[in-house]
Amino acid sequence: MQVRPDDSPAFSLRQKGGGKNVFTERSMRLIAFACALLSVVTTFGIIWVLLSQSIPFFRFVSPIDFLTGTEWRPTRDPVAFGVLPLVTGTLMITIGAGIVAVPLGLLSAIYLSEYAPKWARQILKPMLELLAGIPTVVYGYFGLFFVTPLLKPIFPDIKSSNGLAGAIVVGIMILPLVSSLCEDALRSVPKALREASFGVGATKTEVITRTVIPAALSGIMAAFILALSRALGETMAVALAAGSNPKLTFNPTESIQTMTAYIVSTAKGDAPYGTVKYDSLFAVGVTLFVFTLGMNYLANRLVRKFRQVYA
Amino acid sequence: MGESEKRHLRVRKIKDLIFRSLCLVAALCGIVILFVFLAKIVIDGFPRLSLSFITADLSGRPSRTGIWPAIVGSLYIMVLTAALSVPVGVAAAIYLEEFNTKRTKLTEFIQLNIANLSGVPSIVYGLLGLAVFSRFFGLKDSVMAGGLTMGLLVLPMVIIVTQEALRAVPRSYREGSMALGSTRWQAIRHQVLPSAVPGIMTGVILAMSRAVGETAPLIAIGAATMVKAPQGLLDEFTVLPIQVFDWSLNSKQAFHQTAASAILVLMTFLLLLNSVAIWLRARSTR
Repeated sequence: MQVRPDDSPAFSLRQKGGGKNVFTERSMRLIAFACALLSVVTTFGIIWVLLSQSIPFFRFVSPIDFLTGTEWRPTRDPVAFGVLPLVTGTLMITIGAGIVAVPLGLLSAIYLSEYAPKWARQILKPMLELLAGIPTVVYGYFGLFFVTPLLKPIFPDIKSSNGLAGAIVVGIMILPLVSSLCEDALRSVPKALREASFGVGATKTEVITRTVIPAALSGIMAAFILALSRALGETMAVALAAGSNPKLTFNPTESIQTMTAYIVSTAKGDAPYGTVKYDSLFAVGVTLFVFTLGMNYLANRLVRKFRQVYA
Repeated sequence: MGESEKRHLRVRKIKDLIFRSLCLVAALCGIVILFVFLAKIVIDGFPRLSLSFITADLSGRPSRTGIWPAIVGSLYIMVLTAALSVPVGVAAAIYLEEFNTKRTKLTEFIQLNIANLSGVPSIVYGLLGLAVFSRFFGLKDSVMAGGLTMGLLVLPMVIIVTQEALRAVPRSYREGSMALGSTRWQAIRHQVLPSAVPGIMTGVILAMSRAVGETAPLIAIGAATMVKAPQGLLDEFTVLPIQVFDWSLNSKQAFHQTAASAILVLMTFLLLLNSVAIWLRARSTR
């Protein structure tokens, strides 16, 4: 076996019997490379599946009708495939979850990074991790059987599944994520900035709100966007808590349906292969994928910008 | 200092106190919610919990149903997911951290791609599994199709945690090994990997608890609900979270209680997994 000098110094010192080592080295490297490449294959697999499987759907429903239609009625005749009710349902959950999680998450991150003594952090952090570890279907159960009954006295005609309960439980679900990402952003602000601010006589609150937060702003924004994109793609909690009623409404007490909940409830029911209903799963999947991709791209750009500031 | 300045200072100090309390309240919010949730589950689910509930088959009657097939299904999914994602994920991480000495455009692309994949909603993986494993490879709604789909879902997570574990191994381990004449692979195999194992294990267990709690992709590939425990890889299956979902939506009120009991079983299982992870982490930092 012909052996070429490699970048590893081991090869130049190679003696008799080293050929086997070189072979192992090369094959291990190749196997590991193939495994790393599998992630790229997965990405292309997702894109290929979503596109190729939704082509039959877009032959049946024109993309313009799909994107601008205000009625989503996949089962009852006459069928209608306008995605807007699912999009507004999804946005209602995402924005509502943001309203719950962003202020709570940021404030608790400020507490953890700026105020908390060590012992308090050691209690709070694992608790938040525990909250983050609860399966999403369990959040759905809470929405259905805990949050909605709590809301009933405030909104007497609230539906048993409703957008408000969905948004609240998804907000609680992304709270640990917002908190830990914001904390990372706050911690990366150099100590000198804080000291300078104290030095000119600012109170702790002023140091935080006028120096630390502005300095960490792009990281905080990236945290918000990442958490919202998680809320956007969340499935089980909204399928239970928000309902399965595709309706173009901005009333949070109504039962609604998100894009993810549509995919789950249709796949769980009967969507035989070759029907428009089956194909519609992938058309909705493409729409969802584009939304999350856009948000992740935005977050990545912000993170990169933020790294350039204090690298 | 004048009177107005003193007042101004007092206002600033009061604001300071208010802000500080707000932050504390927000931080406590998460804990309060956690305990309320746990209490709600125990109150709803504990009365129905018994040995026969754990060992009995699923039934259409809420008073007779058990959860055994879902427990077996969840175990199957967990083992299959680990069997796929751990070897592939660890190998991919080894390539990116150890073999990849000169950072090329390609490896940068792979790295970016892994970060992006971890942000793809789980339901989209379900659609991938439905089209590729269930339809194209004809695995239908089998536990094999579920395990493969879930394996792809947690793969980015396994790669990222393994990379972190490998990065934590001191450079001198590799240099020492290679200075004694080992090849790069020998250094990885005998020095780097053994010292990274606790870190990798912690991450793998966290990835497995994600796989056990995840529901959406399995429903997307068509996992059933009223089935017996799977006997082989090509049998249909159900898992604990699917059962929770199904029972929560059931029109019979009594099934809502069994849903809570199933949540208790699921959370106990996850707690056990996570305690192992915490124990491993504690052991490795000692």
